[in-house]
Amino acid sequence: MDDPAVIEAPVEAEPAPPPPAPQIAYRHRLPTRLWHWSNALTVFVMLMSGLMIFNAHPHLYWGQFGANFDHPWLSFRGRPFPGWATIPSMYNLAAARRWHLAFAWLLVVPLLLFLVTSLINRHARRDLAPTRDEVKPGHIWHDIREHARLRFPTGEAALRYNILQKFSYISVIFVLLPLMILTGLTMSPAMDAAWPWLLDVFGGRQSARSIHFICATLLLAFVIVHLVMVALAGPINEIGSMITGRFRVPPERSEP
Amino acid sequence: MIGRRRFIATGASGLLLSSCDRLNNNAQFRGVLRSAEKLTMGAQRIVSPRDALAREYSEADMSPIFRSNGTSMPGTSEYAAHLAESFANWRLTVDGLVARPLSIPLQTLRSIPHRVQITRHDCVEGWSAIGKWHGLELSRILDAAGLSTRAKYIVFHCADRFGDKPYYESVDLVDAFHPQTIIAWGMNDHLLTVPHGAPLRLRVERQLGYKQAKYVQRIEAVESLAGLYGGKGGYWEDSVDYEWYAGI
Repeated sequence: MDDPAVIEAPVEAEPAPPPPAPQIAYRHRLPTRLWHWSNALTVFVMLMSGLMIFNAHPHLYWGQFGANFDHPWLSFRGRPFPGWATIPSMYNLAAARRWHLAFAWLLVVPLLLFLVTSLINRHARRDLAPTRDEVKPGHIWHDIREHARLRFPTGEAALRYNILQKFSYISVIFVLLPLMILTGLTMSPAMDAAWPWLLDVFGGRQSARSIHFICATLLLAFVIVHLVMVALAGPINEIGSMITGRFRVPPERSEP
Repeated sequence: MIGRRRFIATGASGLLLSSCDRLNNNAQFRGVLRSAEKLTMGAQRIVSPRDALAREYSEADMSPIFRSNGTSMPGTSEYAAHLAESFANWRLTVDGLVARPLSIPLQTLRSIPHRVQITRHDCVEGWSAIGKWHGLELSRILDAAGLSTRAKYIVFHCADRFGDKPYYESVDLVDAFHPQTIIAWGMNDHLLTVPHGAPLRLRVERQLGYKQAKYVQRIEAVESLAGLYGGKGGYWEDSVDYEWYAGI
């Protein structure tokens, strides 16, 4: 079927270049996609059941102990989080704990699998680790300005994570999620006996509980920004690429 | 556009919520969630040496005020009579699957060498308080009674009632024989006060507060929890479905 004349003809004739066909690139590999959707479910369940658990004693303390007669650094009256934000929607600590402690396994095990896979297939090193050029203040500042103007990378650059994405993904994967899990374990009296260093690392069970809540807030902030960015960058293409792995590359912007 | 987005967002969150509530009311789904309790317990037992100790604190770490929780005064006339005579005739019964059933006078329990531990009490609701406990190792009581090889759980029958239901709790033999598991008669260098479970309460330091049964009158060794009260091994387990294993 190859007809050299057809291919060569335009070169000889040099007409105006045809509109480029949309370029499809394979952007997300299977482990990333699986982990993404398992997290999409798990993070919401953990946040919402966690808010119900928080409703049971909506006061946070620093140190080894902390109860009603001690000094909280954050304190709410009544049950601060409304039904639409909690699982289940009616006050039920027992049920919220069952959801939270069951889905915790779906947070921990896939995270560990993802970390191991990402080290083996070099995803972490190749796609997540910032390059030397990217961490220069000038580059970071440029990226912040581009984001603020809602000018997203196009062409080849759209296939790589930009430095702000890298920073946020690294923070979530290597800092926030491990902190969530470890501070969660520190709240377990049995784990404190098994791994007493947990209490030393976080400065006590109530400090761990406070850090758990702070990290949950940061994760929620990440989820919100993440969803806004997906909506702004083209939700069909972005969500589609996280399902199929294939991403329609936005054509190179003609720079003024 | 905003209107439509908001409509979709509200609809989606409503759908998510109502489906979560529906799932929560589904017995099969609750069964799946409940299976995680066994997974958690199994995993914690694998990473915990059998006698791994809960942290013991110094006097400087103690809570200035150790709040009480649950029953603050068992309302029965029987308890009131015991309280009126300062528990002079309170006895701890040990029975069930034991070779030598016991009925130990409170005075005897208080007069033999005991253990003192400053530990953290963690409520299922999230708060913690650190206090000092004085009491006798449960393992010594069980050894004196001669536990049958058929016994798998130790049940604590209490003098307080929630409505008409007696409070009770249970642990397995790993926690029953743990060196920090004591039948406490004292707290913070004094005899136990009524809100903290006078005259006897359980301390099982690797589990949450609702396992720390107060007003303990009877210790029973059993093979299965199924035949007792609601069958789930504890008052809160029966009535609101708290986990029987409260190590987390």
